[in-house]
Amino acid sequence: MTTPLLRLTGINKSFGPIDVLHDISLEVNRGEVLCLLGDNGAGKSTLIKILSGVHRPTSGTMEMDGKAVAFDSPRDASDHGIATVHQFGGTFPLMSIGRSFFVGAEPTRRWGPLTIYDRKRANEIAVTEMRQLGITRIDDGDRLVGGLSGGERQALAIARAVHFGASVLILDEPTAALGVKEAAHVLRIVLQARRKGIAVIFITHNVVHALTVGDHFAVLIRGAKAADFRKGEKSREAITDLMAGGEQMAELEAEIESFSAADDRQAPRDASHA
Amino acid sequence: MTSQAHDQPAVVATALPAPHSSMPSIGSLVRRPEVGSLIGMIAVLVFFSIFGGANFMSAGGAASWLNVASELGIIALPVGLLMIAGHLDLSVGSMIPASSMTIAIISGHYDQPIIVGILAALGLGLAVGFINGVLVIRTKVPSFVVTLATLFALAGLTLGLSIILSGSTSVALKSGPIAKLVLGDYLGGKFQVTLFWWIAIVLIVGFILNFSRFGNWILAMGGDAVSARNAGIPTDRVTIALFMSSGLCAAFVGMSQAILYNSAQVAAGQSFIFNSIIAVVIGGVLLTGGYGSVVGIVLGTLTFSIVNQGIFYTGFDANWASLIIGVLLLAAVLMNNTFRTMALTYAPRTKSRVR
Repeated sequence: MTTPLLRLTGINKSFGPIDVLHDISLEVNRGEVLCLLGDNGAGKSTLIKILSGVHRPTSGTMEMDGKAVAFDSPRDASDHGIATVHQFGGTFPLMSIGRSFFVGAEPTRRWGPLTIYDRKRANEIAVTEMRQLGITRIDDGDRLVGGLSGGERQALAIARAVHFGASVLILDEPTAALGVKEAAHVLRIVLQARRKGIAVIFITHNVVHALTVGDHFAVLIRGAKAADFRKGEKSREAITDLMAGGEQMAELEAEIESFSAADDRQAPRDASHA
Repeated sequence: MTSQAHDQPAVVATALPAPHSSMPSIGSLVRRPEVGSLIGMIAVLVFFSIFGGANFMSAGGAASWLNVASELGIIALPVGLLMIAGHLDLSVGSMIPASSMTIAIISGHYDQPIIVGILAALGLGLAVGFINGVLVIRTKVPSFVVTLATLFALAGLTLGLSIILSGSTSVALKSGPIAKLVLGDYLGGKFQVTLFWWIAIVLIVGFILNFSRFGNWILAMGGDAVSARNAGIPTDRVTIALFMSSGLCAAFVGMSQAILYNSAQVAAGQSFIFNSIIAVVIGGVLLTGGYGSVVGIVLGTLTFSIVNQGIFYTGFDANWASLIIGVLLLAAVLMNNTFRTMALTYAPRTKSRVR
């Protein structure tokens, strides 16, 4: 077996006395989508922040291509090829598409004695990269990012990561704020990124979305890895149960059932009084 | 599911069959959010040309508001850049008298060469800007509060030191013909030389914001400071540089006022705090950062100055000027919001679809 692109071994993270992550071990391969599933507060965000260089793990090791790495800053992580795209794309609503695509890495050209921002080239590259991800509606890099739909903004952020040579793409709940069509488009873009050989880490609590694109799944519950399985090994119901903590879900269902039963008995009586 | 995305350009294409030339279309004009500021400026210009009579439109009348605009504009430009980057600088209000007093005390009271006074005044501006910038970065306190603090601290320092050093709150300054000509004189008896400095600074700031990488960093920082830092922008250095530039420009105005009026007062300049913010906001800069243009700031400055000075040419009581400015500010902001929304929702052109 080849060495995974990114390997986490025994990652622990605590903030003061509070343990947030216990002993997380994960492997991400090139051209594979790893879905990180978990309910709110399961530790997904903390894990992403460790991967993207915002936090350092309390203990445990990270390896890229078999070599140990430690990220001092988000910048350091992105220099190692790890790109993180947040829920709202992390883009700048009132900047043009071309400008926001190249923030911090603006192309320049000579203009007399001066070096100036090359708006035309920036716009062209940004529009071309977005087209490659299937966003054909956009043909003018001068348009403001705020005029794009949520899915298009995600696409812009992903296109940006791909253009700057990301080898690991972390998508933090990319479909959570989107409508059904938009979400489907983003999922398609995820598959395109995978085809380019990028390792995608897809964070979501939507099991349907995860099953659509995922090759490999990990479920987090209260900071620990509760399950780790490959595509086709578990059904949707089993995963949903697992995420919500199975038994608790069953208890909740029973409780709701008893409530609605009580309502049914009460309803006719109220009606007769009226 | 992409059918919708594919169809949309086609619909636009049939709706707008006109061939696209290099002429800017109405659509692309509307996309320029400075349109709001332009309409505002034309409106006040027409208003005061009608009610201000021939005097307002004469060279003398134009000079009166252009002179005000030039001093305000020199400060409004860097303040506008700061606002685009998500910061405010109130300390300019104290920076102006502080730099006036610095040059007057050094070159007037102590009779040092004028160049020493000029360098000291500008150096003070840079130093105060540096302190503002470092405080904002290190303390993470909003720049409104930090510069409010330095506004008062600097005012107190100026007053206290002036009394100790010169024994007065007003110091006379005699400057040589060259310094006068370059920094503080009237050309043709009417137009202040600061007008040319303003034009120069407009060009410099316009270049920085539109054509340099630095300009893109400023926009990005105002849009989302965290993302900007993650994208590798040296946000701390940019912040300090912007505060230093506003300190420098305020010091420049204070210094040139001292040379122009041959004296300096401790209590001058407070009006610039709000006037600069008003000019920048009328010009379409978003108070919360991330958006704005140099053309807009220039238009906002002109609009403000026309109202401020134009009122004296009308038959109205000058006390009404503030009322007009208040109403104008609100109207301008609402109009700018409208045009910004239009810019955001403007449908793509179809010209480059063939590519």
